[in-house]
Amino acid sequence: MSDPKICIIVPAYNEEASIAKVINSLHSHNAKLIIAVINDASSDRTKSIAESTGLANVITLPCNLGIGGGVQTGFIFAARNNCDIAIQFDGDGQHVAEEIPKLTAPILSGDADVVIGSRFIGNDEVTFKSTALRRIGIRFFQWLNSILIKQKITDNTSGFRAYNREALELLAEQYPVDYPEPETVILLGKNDFRIKEVFTRMEERDGGESSIGGLKSIYYMIKVTLSILITAIRPRIKR
Amino acid sequence: MIDISSGISDQRIQLFSIIGSFALLFFILSLIKKKRLKEEYALLWIGASIVFATFSIFRPALEYLASFLGIHYAPTALLLMLIMAITIILIHYSTVISKLSEQTKRLTQEIALLRHEITSKKEPSDDSKK
Repeated sequence: MSDPKICIIVPAYNEEASIAKVINSLHSHNAKLIIAVINDASSDRTKSIAESTGLANVITLPCNLGIGGGVQTGFIFAARNNCDIAIQFDGDGQHVAEEIPKLTAPILSGDADVVIGSRFIGNDEVTFKSTALRRIGIRFFQWLNSILIKQKITDNTSGFRAYNREALELLAEQYPVDYPEPETVILLGKNDFRIKEVFTRMEERDGGESSIGGLKSIYYMIKVTLSILITAIRPRIKR
Repeated sequence: MIDISSGISDQRIQLFSIIGSFALLFFILSLIKKKRLKEEYALLWIGASIVFATFSIFRPALEYLASFLGIHYAPTALLLMLIMAITIILIHYSTVISKLSEQTKRLTQEIALLRHEITSKKEPSDDSKK
């Protein structure tokens, strides 16, 4: 694949504090990247700040769809623009633009269809501070997913991922609405997409708040577990 | 004495359930007539109220059903049917809501993408837009 077309999908909900920095870091890393900021009906100045950089396609959803609906918009955008690779990249500044080649390399060499940037692989939870509750959740998904797809994925909740053409086209068609990451691993694994994990450095988030925390985390665990189990028993998609 | 009063109350509940099921049926039909309810969503309601009316009128059928289910007081079987009908209708609504929310999501995404396309065409000077 010479000169692949790479689309960076940046979901952003009220990220005025970090969005400009994220866009600029992506552009200075590689000016050829197609940056698609999916502004999920932010109530702050995310839209105008992102547009004023002049470096990104700012796609503003008229009403808030949540992370899944936003990222899926990016997959549709990438599919329609004939991109070879789509990369999910958080708008809160926790992902590092310089780490992108690590994600794209296995896809370009044809070794994987999906590459997940992991905080933990070969590096036991050192680089990223996590609460005890969060670690339990992470371990639980490692266990559940390794049973269901017979492959150990260490960082199921990572939102730093690269997808090849075939995978991004599938996700443009169907993508979970909320807390999509662990479920997507099963969806792709069950449908014989080759998933690879690589270690990527991540930063503490610059602005915004985690989408998961407090009482919500209980709902999160139950909802995601149910979705994962249902995804696992669904028939394979013909491809 | 007790037999007579229970007989009267049995007739009363029968009368009320006949009136109730016909009132429901006519209410649903009038909503369809005024186009405030689509036929496809009214089918379950119409079906339920017809079944209800039938069992209210033909008491022996209800008695048979009740004894089959092991219910001593026949009108309780009507209540059971009512609860089942409501449950089915509510589940049907959950599926309709799920379908609607998926459609709304698709439309929202499409509107966002179209608006982005329109605004990027309006500003051809901006070379970052593709």
